[in-house]
This record gives sequence, C-alpha cells and structure tokens, in this order.
Amino acid sequence: MRHVISVLVQDHPRVLNRITGLFARRGFNLESLAVGTTHVPGLSRISLVVSGDDHTLEQVEKQLNRLIEVLKVTDHSEPHVERELALVKVHVAGVEERLAVKDIQEAFRARVVDVAQKSLILELTGDSKKIDSFLEALRPYGILEVMRTGAVAMSRGERTLKVREKREAV
Amino acid sequence: MKGSEALLKALEREGVEVIFGHPGGAIMPVYDALYDSPIRHILVRHEQGGVHAATAYARASGRVGVVMATSGPGALNLVTGLADAYMDSTPVVAITGNVPRALIGSDAFQEADVTGVTMPITKHNYLVQEVNDIPRVVREAFHIASTGRPGPVLIDLPKDVQLSEFTGTFEVELDLPGYKPTTKGHPKQIERALDALERAEKPILMVGGGAQHAHGELLAFAEKTGIPVITTLMGLGAFPGHHPLWLGMPGMHGTVAANRAIHHADVILAIGLRFDDRVTGKVSRFAPHAHTIIHVDIDPAEIGKLVRTHVPIVGDARLVLREMLKGAKPLRLASWWRELEDWRTRYPLRWKPRPHLQAPEVIRAFAEATGGHAIVTTGVGQHQMFAAQYFPVTRPRSFITSGGLGTMGVGLPFAIGARVARPDELVIDFDGDGSFQMTLQELATVVKYGLDVKVVILNNGYLGMVRQWQDLFHAKRYSEVYLADSNPDFARLAEAYGIKGVRVERKEDLMKGVEAVLSTDGPVVAEFKVYHEEGVFPMIPAGGAAEDMILEHPEEREEVEA
Ligand SMILES: Cc1ncc(C[n+]2csc(CCOP(=O)(O)OP(=O)(O)O)c2C)c(N)n1
Repeated sequence: MRHVISVLVQDHPRVLNRITGLFARRGFNLESLAVGTTHVPGLSRISLVVSGDDHTLEQVEKQLNRLIEVLKVTDHSEPHVERELALVKVHVAGVEERLAVKDIQEAFRARVVDVAQKSLILELTGDSKKIDSFLEALRPYGILEVMRTGAVAMSRGERTLKVREKREAV
Repeated sequence: MKGSEALLKALEREGVEVIFGHPGGAIMPVYDALYDSPIRHILVRHEQGGVHAATAYARASGRVGVVMATSGPGALNLVTGLADAYMDSTPVVAITGNVPRALIGSDAFQEADVTGVTMPITKHNYLVQEVNDIPRVVREAFHIASTGRPGPVLIDLPKDVQLSEFTGTFEVELDLPGYKPTTKGHPKQIERALDALERAEKPILMVGGGAQHAHGELLAFAEKTGIPVITTLMGLGAFPGHHPLWLGMPGMHGTVAANRAIHHADVILAIGLRFDDRVTGKVSRFAPHAHTIIHVDIDPAEIGKLVRTHVPIVGDARLVLREMLKGAKPLRLASWWRELEDWRTRYPLRWKPRPHLQAPEVIRAFAEATGGHAIVTTGVGQHQMFAAQYFPVTRPRSFITSGGLGTMGVGLPFAIGARVARPDELVIDFDGDGSFQMTLQELATVVKYGLDVKVVILNNGYLGMVRQWQDLFHAKRYSEVYLADSNPDFARLAEAYGIKGVRVERKEDLMKGVEAVLSTDGPVVAEFKVYHEEGVFPMIPAGGAAEDMILEHPEEREEVEA
C-alpha cells in the first residue's frame, strides 16, 4: 500500500541524512521525498511516499518518531490534498506535433514554460497519478527530460501538524 | 576560557568523574585542559578498549560512561564499541576531536566524517560548530543518552572550536521538542495486564536488560504474584540467580525449563526486552500458546516490532512495575509450578563429565567459591554462554556482556570499566582465548591504574563457538578456527605486563587454580586449559523453536530424551 507521510522536523544540518539513512538501514521502501521550510523559523516539513504493509508503516512512523529532531509524524490516511510538480521537456519535430502536444497540455491544464525550436518545457501540478497519465500521453512525442518533485501533502480541514501550544501551528 | 575548558566544565556539571580515552592531535586542547581538571582520565591503549570500558562503567554504575578520542582513526576506533552500546541500550557519551572547521570536508589529515559514520549506531550525534553551543550540546547529550531508552551519543568537536574563546553561559535549558519519552505506563493498559495475569493459568514474566534498574520492584512483583521469572542474557542479575521463582535464561542456549515455560505459557509479561532472535528463535513459532503478550518497554518502536503484542505498555519498567504492584494479587499457579518443577528437576543444566578440565566446571567452581557475589564480564563465544548458564549472578548490574552485537574482545575492557565504576567489587572476566586476543593490549591499562580484575581465560585452543557450529552444521569441517598452534602462553604474557599469571591444565588442579585467582590481591590472568571440543547445550539451532531444542551433542547421546 502506498502511504503519504508528513514529517515535521527541526531543520538542523543532516536531518535529511538521518531520515534517508533510517529508510536505507531498516529496508523501508521510500518512493519519494520532498522537503521545504515552513512559516515557523527552524522547522521544515517533509512529505514522504512510502509503500509497505501496515506493520511496516507502523515501524516507519515509530522509527521516525525516535529521531530526536523529528517533532511530528502523520500518515495521511484521512482526507488530504496531495500535489506534485513536474517539469517535462518534450521533443516537438514539426507543427503537427506542436499542435498535438498543445492539445495534451490543454487537456491536463499544464503550462508551457519554455519554447524552443525543437522542444517545449511543460509544467504540471497535480496528484501523482495525474502526472503519470500526463507523461503517458506525451511519451509518443519523445520525452527528453522529466523532473518530478515528489508528492507533498496536507490534511484537509482543521487538522494541522501541530507541535505544542507554545509554537504556532504549522 | 577556551572551548576545551568549557567542555570539561560542562562535563563536570553533569557529574562526570572519569573519562576513558586516548589522545591525538585533534583533541589535544581538551587533553591540555584535562591537565588542570578534577576529572580523572583513564588512558587506554586502543580507543575500542575505551568505549567498551565506558560502556561497562555505565552498566555497572547506572551512570553515563564517557569516552574520548581524537579525529579520524581515533574516532573510527570507537565504531564497534558505539554499535555495541547502541544494541545493548547503554548510556555512553563519546567526545571526539575533529579537524578545524575550515578543513572539514577537504579530506584533511586524520579527517573522517564521524558524525556520518556513527549516525546509524548512535541514539543521536552532534557536530559542534559554535563554541558557545558546548554547554547546551553537553546537556542535551547526557539527557538523551541517559533517559528514555538509553543509548550512545557522540559529540564531535572541531579543533578550532576547542581553541575558541568561550563567552556563553552554562545555565542552559533543555529544549528538545522532538524528544519526550513516555515513562508512566497507561493506567488502562496496566489494568488490562493485571486482568490477563489474574486469569492466566500458565503465566510467565520475561525480563530483559531494560529492567536492570527495576530489580527491587521485580522481586516484589514476582514474590507477591508467585509468577515464574525468566531473564534474558541482558536481564541476568535483574532477578536473583538463586531465587526459587527463577527459571533461568531463554533462547538459543537457555534452560529447558525457561524455553518450555515460554512454549506452554498462556500469558507472557515481557519487560524491558526486545525479542531478539536469539531469544525467540523462529518468531512464527515463538510462544504458540500465548493468547496474551503484554509488552512493557520505554521505546514504543520495540512494541510490536517482532512479536505480536496484545497489551502494549509504553513506559519505564520501574514505574510500570510500581503501578502493577499496587493491583497485583497472588496467582493460583500450583499446577503450573508442578509442570515447571518437573522440567527443572528432569533437565537441569549439566555438562557431560570428561577426564579433561572443562569450561563449565571452571565457571561453576568460581560461582561456588564466590557465592555468585561478583561482577562478571565475558567475551563472546562458548565461554560467554557457559558463564551465563553456570554463574548465576545474585545482584543487578553484575553480569556485563555483549548481548545484541556479540562483540568479541569486550571482556577485558568491560572488566576495566566495571572495576573503575565499582572499585570495591570482585570483578571476574570469563574470556575466550580468541576473544581475549582482540583487546589484550588493555592489560597495560590494568597495570597503569592497578585495577584489580581477575581475567579467567577458558582456553580451548579454538574459536570454540564457531567450531561448535562447524561440528553440528558443517560436517566437522573446522575451517580457520584453530588457535592452539599460535596462542601465546597467557600466564607468561601476563607476567610480561607485570601481572600475576596462573595456569591450570589438569582437572585435579581446578580448586587450587580458583583459590590462586581469588586469593591474589591485585590483577590476575589465569589460563584454564579446557577440553577442546566442548559444546554448549542445550541448544536451539538458529531459526528453530523451543521444540527443536537439542540437549546434548547428537553423537554423544546416551538415551533418547522425551
Ligand atoms: C569481533 C567478532 N568477530 C567475530 C565474531 C564471530 N564469533 C562468535 S563466537 C567466536 C569464537 C569465539 O572464540 P573464543 O573467544 O575463543 O571463545 P570460545 O567460543 O572458544 O569460548 C567468533 C569468531 C564475533 N562474535 N565478534
């Protein structure tokens, strides 16, 4: 089963190292990892996509929680928003291909962010499945490069990754 | 004040009295400051000896052990010992020098990424970049090492940080928002646990190293309920080895009574243990009749990690037992005890008598001569298992061995650390000829500080435990385990260091040898030449279950056991 996990961490040097090292050492399957700062200075938030059975997931959460710099771990089983950003450089040989790619771009509501003689760069956000389909649709035209950020996630509604009263909610 | 002095001051404030270590370029400012410090330093001959000694110091005293080393090679020599302390949840703080900040990452002389290397084998580690952070980092390191599930913490200090002028404060507040161990067990779960025990017909109490500090509560709980007690290798001593409620050690070389008790138990109360595979054997066949497993552990990640748990109790063994004691009632276990008693009397620990001197009888002789009243350390191998089987320690923190990592070479440095921690205790290291030779240079440390440790080498001329496996599982193809052709004369080796050497070769000289060791005032290295092809039994082959237990060597079996 695929799980999206959010982890709130103190953004100390090497904290990512500790997290990826943990996954490597314990043989957990890490599909993607996305990191960024939060609105609270000193705190970063990580989204992990992990696959495994319930037992493995329980261990992933518990082992993450053992890390001193990890403040909070949430497995997004509840309704949540999930997004990934992809940049795709696609080959366009002539006018016909260009029009066809434009159709796909519109259908997926992607944006063209770079235009060159023989290629385009398209930008798409969406959940990971949508990006998968987008890439499938573009594949026949010759994908030159793909950069995906990995999923980021947030619970819907009132739920937040709160740490403790003293701090602001994040 | 320099950073180096601030470090020592911060250590003093943590109550540190002794540091085991070995100097070098990148830690020289701290050694310079040590010259004027009240903290005692024990100079070891190899950093591995230092970290093992600090580990045993911690385990024997219940305090944090401290070890210090220089950068690169010095720090890397700590790796095995840190991993050992990590596996056995021992509070150790390691302080290492590093190259100046400007050189970090440049492959400078004696540089190694020690925080990177030790990340998977420490509870936490620090690379201190700012001299004024020293007091905070030291405060946090000691707190993290000694609370929750204890473990080693490493502090890496660049040399220029040690030399910088310290202008900070020592009054630091702990602020670790991501670290809040739960110590008090959940009352509902405790109630459920008591309930299950009350209704149990065949309950057992399994105790691991995480309950060493809860020995008083354990004894009270066991005596009040009358529940049979099993202690793992790490739990030895947490419950008195002479007590009638004690069934011995479980697992690969455990007693028949302990393993059968687990096999037949309906309710298991497991406290401060992590269901190591040497204890469970094949997990899917572990405790097949237990409908309720209650697991008390301070580390939530241990609960349910390997064995299904029905009643999880996250908390400190001592606090949880105190709560449980309030509601505990005497259990009606007469028929269960009849069964246990039967196994215990039919299958006591025993060895097959031979004309040669034998390892188990040497250990038994020491156990009898001391009444079990000693701190025992061991190497790793057959002698370790024999010591666990035949030296029932009577008090907590008195059996110090490498459980999780199984590190050969710990025996002598463990004895050093234990003796430094408890200078009034008799300390005996039961060692193997193989294990002892991995760290024997620490005899120099013994001499330098006049440490009264008794090293008893059970010399079988082999890497005995490996030879036993080759005997049983590799058709006696003794590949690369023979030592006798090149072993030193251990007694003379000791004498070369100025330590008394004793050698015993014949069965009839056993008692004389024991007497010679115990009556010596000061360190002794005694070599007992023991039967070279002894096996440790009972034995559950790796990956087997309690039912697969073999009681003696298949070729030496005289009668078929039930
Ligand atoms: C550092 C290390 N290397 C290798 C091993 C594997 N090993 C386990 S027991 C053993 C033999 C131990 O021999 P010895 O110390 O002579 O003790 P004996 O079994 O003969 O009592 C070996 C090689 C180990 N546990 N630790």
